[in-house]
Amino acid sequence: MSRRGITLYLHVHQPWRVRKYSIFDTAHEHDYFSDPDTNTDRNNEKVLKKVAEKSYRPMNALLLKLLETHPEFKVSLSITGTFLEQAQRWTPDVIESFQRLVHTGRVEIVAETYYHSLAFFYSREEFVRQVELHRAKIRELFGVETSVFRNTELAYNDELAKWADDYGFKGILAEGWDPVLEWRSPNHVYRPAGTENIALLLKNYRLSDDVAFRFSNKEWQQWPLSSDTYTSWANDSLGDNALVNLFMDYETFGEHQWADTGIFDFFEQFVGKWLSNSDNTFYTVSEAIETHKPAGELSMPRTVTWADTERDLTAWLGNNMQQEALRYLYNLESDILRTNDRQLIADWRSLQTSDHVYYMCTKWFTDGDVHAYFSPYDSPYDAFLYFMNALRDLRYRLHAHHGTGGLHG
Amino acid sequence: MACYHMSKALAIAGAEIDFVVPYQASHPDTEFMTVHGATPLTPLERYGLGAYDSDMLLGRHLKDADANDLTDMRGVQKSYIRFVEEFVADNHVDAIHAHDWLTMEAGMRAKELTDAPLIVHVHATEFDRSGENFGNPVVHEIEQQALMMADRIVAVSNITKSIIVQRYNIPADKVEVIHNAIDVDSFGPYQYDRETYRYLEELKREGYTIVGTVTRFTIQKGLTHFLKAAARASEKYDKFAFLLAGDGEQRNELMRLSAELGIADKVFFTGFVRGKQWRDAYSVSDIFVMSSVSEPFGLTALEAAHHDNALIITRQSGVGEVLNNIFRYEFWDIDTLADQMVGIATSRALAGELTANVKREYDRISWHDVAARCMALYARMKSGVTV
Repeated sequence: MSRRGITLYLHVHQPWRVRKYSIFDTAHEHDYFSDPDTNTDRNNEKVLKKVAEKSYRPMNALLLKLLETHPEFKVSLSITGTFLEQAQRWTPDVIESFQRLVHTGRVEIVAETYYHSLAFFYSREEFVRQVELHRAKIRELFGVETSVFRNTELAYNDELAKWADDYGFKGILAEGWDPVLEWRSPNHVYRPAGTENIALLLKNYRLSDDVAFRFSNKEWQQWPLSSDTYTSWANDSLGDNALVNLFMDYETFGEHQWADTGIFDFFEQFVGKWLSNSDNTFYTVSEAIETHKPAGELSMPRTVTWADTERDLTAWLGNNMQQEALRYLYNLESDILRTNDRQLIADWRSLQTSDHVYYMCTKWFTDGDVHAYFSPYDSPYDAFLYFMNALRDLRYRLHAHHGTGGLHG
Repeated sequence: MACYHMSKALAIAGAEIDFVVPYQASHPDTEFMTVHGATPLTPLERYGLGAYDSDMLLGRHLKDADANDLTDMRGVQKSYIRFVEEFVADNHVDAIHAHDWLTMEAGMRAKELTDAPLIVHVHATEFDRSGENFGNPVVHEIEQQALMMADRIVAVSNITKSIIVQRYNIPADKVEVIHNAIDVDSFGPYQYDRETYRYLEELKREGYTIVGTVTRFTIQKGLTHFLKAAARASEKYDKFAFLLAGDGEQRNELMRLSAELGIADKVFFTGFVRGKQWRDAYSVSDIFVMSSVSEPFGLTALEAAHHDNALIITRQSGVGEVLNNIFRYEFWDIDTLADQMVGIATSRALAGELTANVKREYDRISWHDVAARCMALYARMKSGVTV
């Protein structure tokens, strides 16, 4: 009989935010990602250093302490390439602290696209190249191979599962969303419909979001949440099932929930309480899959994400600006790649990061719920404007390189 | 215009209103209130006096003005005050609601005579009207007195409130912000027929983007910055035409400037427009720019939104406080304005999203909400207003 386990998976990411890049910069300056204003949240160096101080350093210290204190404690991390590039440049000590975690042998790295992109939905070839780039980067920095895949924003469908199975991944992550699960529990391993070998792990969104979104919300009936209460919820949820999958943004710890909310103490105490019962353990994503047989087959023909109440891609692709921006960007693919210009290709790929189109989302503006708009830009229209000016500059550079073709506006 | 809609909504909310105007005219569609004409002037004679242009004032104090000389704005005001004095002697009033400097003195006088609470409603201060200049000291003095004497002040935006607090030294808690609204039903039936501005329609068929503004050509409106931005935008994208609908003291200067900037053939001056020409100016435009240096509110932006324009508005314009689906810029920042215009002109998606989303926003703003807040204000005033 396998032990009752928690699979804790944290997602580490920072995008290369586009600066206030105007049409007068287009065809003159190519530095889309370096806002000179050190006070703005468009300044990537400033944001990274701030989040390192509030989240990456204290949380990695806590994770290391927990790994040293509790032999049963384990955690899985996905770390995007755009984060690693920035951390290597501005906070190399943070890279080292992640390396120390991985070297314990109880921290697994999860695969994804290097650029945290939605390439799967636009270009399968580019998508695969970005998965490969990420695997290479992880190998270079951490010396490990990845075997479980997660797609950007946990955007998942049957086709993705089929691809991951064919590619050779042994596991894949998705949202445990009720309308898809119906009577089923997210606390089991499943076999994606139409696959041979791959296993599916589902996020228990209630327990995950209690920490990730509700922890510091004073309007919440359960506030303040104690580690005792949360441990009992995890026990209740588990019941006779195999495991509970807690998936959330790494930055929950210290950035989304600030240290003064008590999030670090809460987490440390919870790990201790959970493991004080000798029937309990933690699993890495690979272990969870190796330990548990699939309880059944599960099909998700339509794309499900971990975002918003809709759990779809509307926050990224819901309006015409977002669709236009990505269509134009992916249209450049073959012309960009055949330049073999490393900087040009990297800039094109950095613009694929899903955050860029997320900043163009208008649904909160139109609903009047502006406070739900998390963005370094004044409005979704500004985000689109700077993005398009940068995209035009890509076209200009292409034009200069190939000496052919028009600029198309 | 704002006073008309506000009074109508107030009447629906149950208020009895005596509305005193400084001229004689028939007033259709005003059965909800009693309109009193305080002078024998016609509206045209009265507006010829330049109430919005304090340069036409000779800087005289009211005691020097002749109430019988109605060719002079100060004379009209004096006669307006006399009318109000006689009116309050014969009638009971619960509250006095004075709008801007033209009626502030009458409001103060009425308060002296009746001890009814005085509400001063600020649609614009002399600082707004004079753009980057100081403005007329006599008008400043009238505003200062009235703001100090008022029991309560209503400002049409947070921008106006901050001017009242910072430049007239009025305590912030005495000032309430009630944004203006728009009553699209009052526009009447309308079908855009593409006739009035046929040349511009032809340009649109050739792929041009029409950038319009409908305004008075005064320094307050920041139109020289707008023209400079127009020239800057045209460097990057040549299919632009700029429609300046309206008239005012700056007209010749603006014409000269557009020639100097080399964009004279792209800039269209309509002169003063009203009725169909006025509405068609919005309808032919794709983008509406409010370039004001200081704009307490700016109803024209809501009118433009109603006519399917994408909006670009200075951060110095109050209407921006009630809209989210717009571009904003600092009035002096011509590069940003140019960038935003080029962005909209070169992306159908951006233009479409801005236009559709702001249209869903602006008609949530109603004069009935304005009236409800005014009524609540009257009810809170010290002498127990009965309505």
